[in-house]
Amino acid sequence: MFTLKDLPVEEYFLPGNAACPGCAAVLSIRIALKVLGAKTMVVIPACCSSIIQGYYPKTASKVTLINTAFAATAAMASGMLAGLEMKGKQGVNVLGWAGDGGTADIGIQALSGAAERNENFIYVCYDNEAYMNTGTQGSSTTPKGAITTTTVCGKAERKKDVPEIMIAHNIPYVATACAAYPLDFAAKLKKAMGIKGLKYIHLLSPCPPGWRFPAEKTVEVGKLAVSTGAWILYEWEGGKYTLTGLSKGLLEKEKRKPIKEYLSTQGRFRQVGEDAANALQDDVDSIWEKMKKRLDEQEREQRQP
Amino acid sequence: MIIVTGNHAVSYGVKAARAEVVAAYPITPQTQIIEKLAELIQRGEMKAKYLRVDSEHSAMSACIGAEACGARSFTATSSHGLAYMSEMVFWAGLGRFPVVMAVVSRTLAPPWSIWNEHSDILAQRDSGWLIMMCESAQEAHDTAIQSFRIAEDERVLQPVMFGLDAFSLSHTAENVELVEQSVADGFLPPLDPKKLPVFLDTDCPITFGNMLGPDKMMEFRHIIKEALDKAKPVVEEVARGFSKATGRPQVGLIERYRSSDAEVIVIAAGASSGDAKDAVDSLRDRGIRAGMVRLKSIRPFPGDEMKAAVGSAKAIAVVDRDYSFGLGGVIACEAGAYIGERLRSYIAGIGGRDITVEDFQGIMLETLQKAEGKDAGYRSETWWGLKELE
Repeated sequence: MFTLKDLPVEEYFLPGNAACPGCAAVLSIRIALKVLGAKTMVVIPACCSSIIQGYYPKTASKVTLINTAFAATAAMASGMLAGLEMKGKQGVNVLGWAGDGGTADIGIQALSGAAERNENFIYVCYDNEAYMNTGTQGSSTTPKGAITTTTVCGKAERKKDVPEIMIAHNIPYVATACAAYPLDFAAKLKKAMGIKGLKYIHLLSPCPPGWRFPAEKTVEVGKLAVSTGAWILYEWEGGKYTLTGLSKGLLEKEKRKPIKEYLSTQGRFRQVGEDAANALQDDVDSIWEKMKKRLDEQEREQRQP
Repeated sequence: MIIVTGNHAVSYGVKAARAEVVAAYPITPQTQIIEKLAELIQRGEMKAKYLRVDSEHSAMSACIGAEACGARSFTATSSHGLAYMSEMVFWAGLGRFPVVMAVVSRTLAPPWSIWNEHSDILAQRDSGWLIMMCESAQEAHDTAIQSFRIAEDERVLQPVMFGLDAFSLSHTAENVELVEQSVADGFLPPLDPKKLPVFLDTDCPITFGNMLGPDKMMEFRHIIKEALDKAKPVVEEVARGFSKATGRPQVGLIERYRSSDAEVIVIAAGASSGDAKDAVDSLRDRGIRAGMVRLKSIRPFPGDEMKAAVGSAKAIAVVDRDYSFGLGGVIACEAGAYIGERLRSYIAGIGGRDITVEDFQGIMLETLQKAEGKDAGYRSETWWGLKELE
């Protein structure tokens, strides 16, 4: 269990940066760097965080940070690890910090390559569910029903399940997290630090301007994503799924709040009518059913001598 | 002396240069370069890390990452690979990461073609890289080692790519004198990371590449302009130093071949330059004062050096194995900025078609004949040997 006391007082991502009010990405990188510490190198592709860090010659980052092109996060991190290894430098945490576009869309090839090679770095996708830096265009992780500037009637397709894609690569550690639960995220990062190989954490990152909710509601919206079951907190390690945080208690449908409570907080779902909302509820329930089956199966396997 | 292909000559050069990270992706006709390096590294004959990446884009990204952490890095590619990598080629050039890359120059599709053309490497000419073009396997080997020295020179600190022509160089086995490790070590000191424009070090954290407004971008670009300008004497100096170390003559920016008293001169780059020299010799045998100027360096462009080398020759032909659609031959247009009035442009060898000794003879004779006619001037352009399609 990770507690507030486990987070160092030291700040590595400074206030006064260029994040939007209520930005969950910047809250999360602050937490991430507290966990990873000074001996960290961050790789950031084109994404909100390329702006958030601030304009040259200033920077919000107190740790080493290299910006790279949109598709290049995982490949550049791989090269850095090779360089560090050849120079005999040990104990440096390399962190890939990319948005959903840079992970699920344009960057997935390089990420898949790095995963297959099992490169020893932590990759965090902070998923704000659209191309927010360019003004809210739909990405492959935009959820079904959400309005973006390129899915103007609401996206017709389901959200791409990137954590499952990473699990299929059989890397040592995959986890989901949500910016509204920083200690859960911190605990997962801490665990990832102790594992050799590629560690992938998919962090849901509510975005006030993109999701259309007031800036002060970020944590509330993030918590609703989890309590309605729209976003599941889990870890996958050694072939085994483990629910974490609030999600642990949500396996039964009656424990989960209705998805409508989540949808109604955000302008991006304003056109979702009764039928569409019910269909989204069915989607959530079927994803949980799938998870429940997996967990039951795991339990059965464990019981067998 | 051993008999090796141009590709393997490059691999052995990279080994002698003690590259520390090789990140690469296969593409014909470059693949042999990285196959040999993978073999040398994985068999423990070369102390380096080989990254089997997913694409050329990732190859260059990884090279940049490695270089940023102070490791000498190398990749090789061709044609579509280079085009696919292009975004990161610019990232390396504009970010000042002194990576070295071999480009086996090949036509871009469609239609599919694996044969030689210089359009791929020349399309990267505004990326902040130094660009060299080799004539022989020996030169490819020597250039591999010199490229690291030039790239890492404190006056330059920009990446270097060097081209070798598909098949005629890449796959043709020649006698090559490999540089001995002790000679290479004496010539090329280890990379000092502290000299790098961008060095990632957790003991001294920096942020590289964050947003920059219009108030400073021009100045950032001007630094690169100056680096490429300063690279000219460095290229010459490194060639002289390498020549001294190996006892073999080396070409810096340009090569002058029987050009000092020539009335007709052909300017070219790459592997067919050897045929151009043979053509010069046979014309000389017939009493025609022919000469050749070979551009080893395309960036920095040796315009003044080329202008001085052509002297007062009355007829000058530029043979381009490339084309900039809507403009003309790339080298002809660039040379034209220096010697425009006296220049005729020839487009030849596109898509790997042979440019023979006879072709070069014909080009020089035609240029000489038309030197005083109304066709003179660099806008004149001939697609040499163009046929009717069936």
